[in-house]
Amino acid sequence: MKRLTNTICSIVLYSGLFLNANPQGTNNSKMILISTGFYESLFNKGEEQKVEKFYLDVYPVTNKEFLEFVKANPKWRKTNIKKIFADESYLANWKSDLELGEKANRESPVTYVSWFAAKAFAEWIGKRLPTVAEWEYVASASKDKKYAVNDKEVIKKILDWYSSISAKEIPPVGSTEKNYWGVYDMHGLIWEWTYDFNTSLVTGESRGDGDLERNIFCGSGSASAGNAENYPAFMRYGFRSSLKANYTTHNLGFRCAKNFK
Amino acid sequence: MKRKNQKLAFVFLFLVIISVIFILLYPGCDQSYSSQLKGEERASLTSAPYVPPPILRNHPSRIIVDLETKEVKKRLADGVEYVFWTFGGNVPGKFIRVKEGDIVEFNLHNNPTSKMPHNIDLHAVTGPGGGATSSFTAPGHTSTFSFKALNSGLYVYHCATAPVGMHIANGMYGLILVEPKEGLPPVDREYYVMQSEFYTQGRYGESGLQPFAQQKAEDENPAYVVFNGSVGALTGDNAIQAKTGETIRLYIGNGGPNLVSSFHVIGEIFDKVFTEGGTRSNHNVQTTLIPAGGSAIVEFKVEVPGTFILVDHSIFRAFNKGAIGMLKVSGNEDLAIYSGKQKDQVYFGSDDEDEDQDLFSGPLNLKSLPEIDNTQHINNEYGLDPIELGKSIYTTTCFACHQLNGEGMPGVFPPLAKSDFLNKNKEVAISAIINGLTGEVTVNGKTYNGIMPPQNLNNKQVAAVLTYVYNQWGNSGKKVSEDEVAEIREKKVISMK
Repeated sequence: MKRLTNTICSIVLYSGLFLNANPQGTNNSKMILISTGFYESLFNKGEEQKVEKFYLDVYPVTNKEFLEFVKANPKWRKTNIKKIFADESYLANWKSDLELGEKANRESPVTYVSWFAAKAFAEWIGKRLPTVAEWEYVASASKDKKYAVNDKEVIKKILDWYSSISAKEIPPVGSTEKNYWGVYDMHGLIWEWTYDFNTSLVTGESRGDGDLERNIFCGSGSASAGNAENYPAFMRYGFRSSLKANYTTHNLGFRCAKNFK
Repeated sequence: MKRKNQKLAFVFLFLVIISVIFILLYPGCDQSYSSQLKGEERASLTSAPYVPPPILRNHPSRIIVDLETKEVKKRLADGVEYVFWTFGGNVPGKFIRVKEGDIVEFNLHNNPTSKMPHNIDLHAVTGPGGGATSSFTAPGHTSTFSFKALNSGLYVYHCATAPVGMHIANGMYGLILVEPKEGLPPVDREYYVMQSEFYTQGRYGESGLQPFAQQKAEDENPAYVVFNGSVGALTGDNAIQAKTGETIRLYIGNGGPNLVSSFHVIGEIFDKVFTEGGTRSNHNVQTTLIPAGGSAIVEFKVEVPGTFILVDHSIFRAFNKGAIGMLKVSGNEDLAIYSGKQKDQVYFGSDDEDEDQDLFSGPLNLKSLPEIDNTQHINNEYGLDPIELGKSIYTTTCFACHQLNGEGMPGVFPPLAKSDFLNKNKEVAISAIINGLTGEVTVNGKTYNGIMPPQNLNNKQVAAVLTYVYNQWGNSGKKVSEDEVAEIREKKVISMK
């Protein structure tokens, strides 16, 4: 029964990926075609998952772009947002509803946005959020290799960002490395929302049934992992599973994806 | 009849007074312990090496704990920085003190600037994940959960977010003490010490901001093993303090993440050790093993002054990786317990191979001057007159340089016999013994330029040895009193003029 509920939930969730909302916003941001391949899941003993070719934004969404969105959509402004769609720190670094102010650089990625807000933005410009599989697939590339998850140097570089103090002001998009696919800032700038951020660890039921969820804690975290060496992935999964869809944080932004027709 | 009533009333009053006194004297007394939950209070949390005061309540309460996870850049060693993930801004995390039976309401706040989600697994919690499953907290959020402190003991808490090793390696651990219902026996001082390792990309001491090194952590090969979160956190000005005669209780934790500690205090024996932070105590322990993610409570009375070094007796960690702390004890010497160095003499060993066999049975080939029982002045110190005490000190402490006849060594050690320098000024003589004497001095027309180290003698001994010297070898016959010595010791600096 639970399985059935999960399946239904998944169908409802995933259907969002393929429904084409009527785009209203303009879409200037550059996208790159990511070719079909396989993504090795961190959990389920490294089970492989096929990722169909899709488009992904070259850069995370900026404050400037998000400002256009809230101008056109008053209900997503700081003072209008409903609590169920974003917590109190929504756009906390913005000066006011329609002013960025000094702490939010126009060209820096927008952060302090909830999953609901990110999803609404993507739909407004006729795109969607990438799935965990898509995002991780692109993120497993290094500068010149498609798959560099086990490269110690790459792991080190990523960990160095994870374990440094948060920048007070997040640098502009494009300020970190361009990877194999031609995509910037997958590591070292911000965390990014994914469409199904809460499906990797949290099952349909609450935490009570969550063998899977409990596995993220302590030593048992590695029991079902495909690759216990992949600390960066553990951290991303850990981070995602700490979130709820209305949460907003200092380092969490997003980029958009789009289906290949 | 009336008188009898009066008498009874007096007896009653007397009993009341006695019990009031009793209650006042024993505020934490178990006899009045009630298991009923009463009241609510906010836990006072302390940073190492300090410990919150004992809990004197005789009933369980609801305790509110607020702890913030925070990622901070701080000093790991001189010139070396590290990004620590902390409970409360410091490593180790804040010390939490509650009492058996308390209901603890725990609020875990994750600072909004944190990059990581964090949670807390308290080993004092009975329940899934030790609280970790209920405290997983995104940056800028707060999680609340409650637990009942069922078992008394000293427990480690730590972050248990994957990859757990890295969260611990970055500094996310601390101690929570659950006092037993009846409380712990009072001691003079309590301190909080926690050992842990750091895995940096650079070698020990390599300067700059050092990132976490995953491979070294997996290999269990730390660059640093430290007490209280950094090299030197417990040494020099940061040393913990005590006075002679006091009883010290140390709450020791080991955050790991990998190594087991062989905890030892050089020059002390633990009178009592609650091994692994539990209920059972062992006595007269030299070194106690503290597992990673475990603890111990050690108690000892400090008898003599000096600096006592805390180490992990896996000794390369102390010598090369930073696992050193200091306990500085002030107060009066007790030479009956520890004499200080009494003798230093030339030892030639034996060149006859056959004699090696007999090294411990036959007389040693010591080029010792006259036979001296070097424990004599200690054993009999209080029964001796000053001259005799002075003589025994002279023949153990002074004679090696100034010679038995007080004539010194020409050009090297100035004479004490018929010494104009000595007879001119008592103060200078006293100071030379207490503070040492360095630089050029002229004695009986000859110049000496050497170093006399300060002598580790108490006021009584200084007075005795100087009185002895002043009454030998044609000297002026002066007497030196303990008070005079004390006065000079206060002044510290004495002009040589």
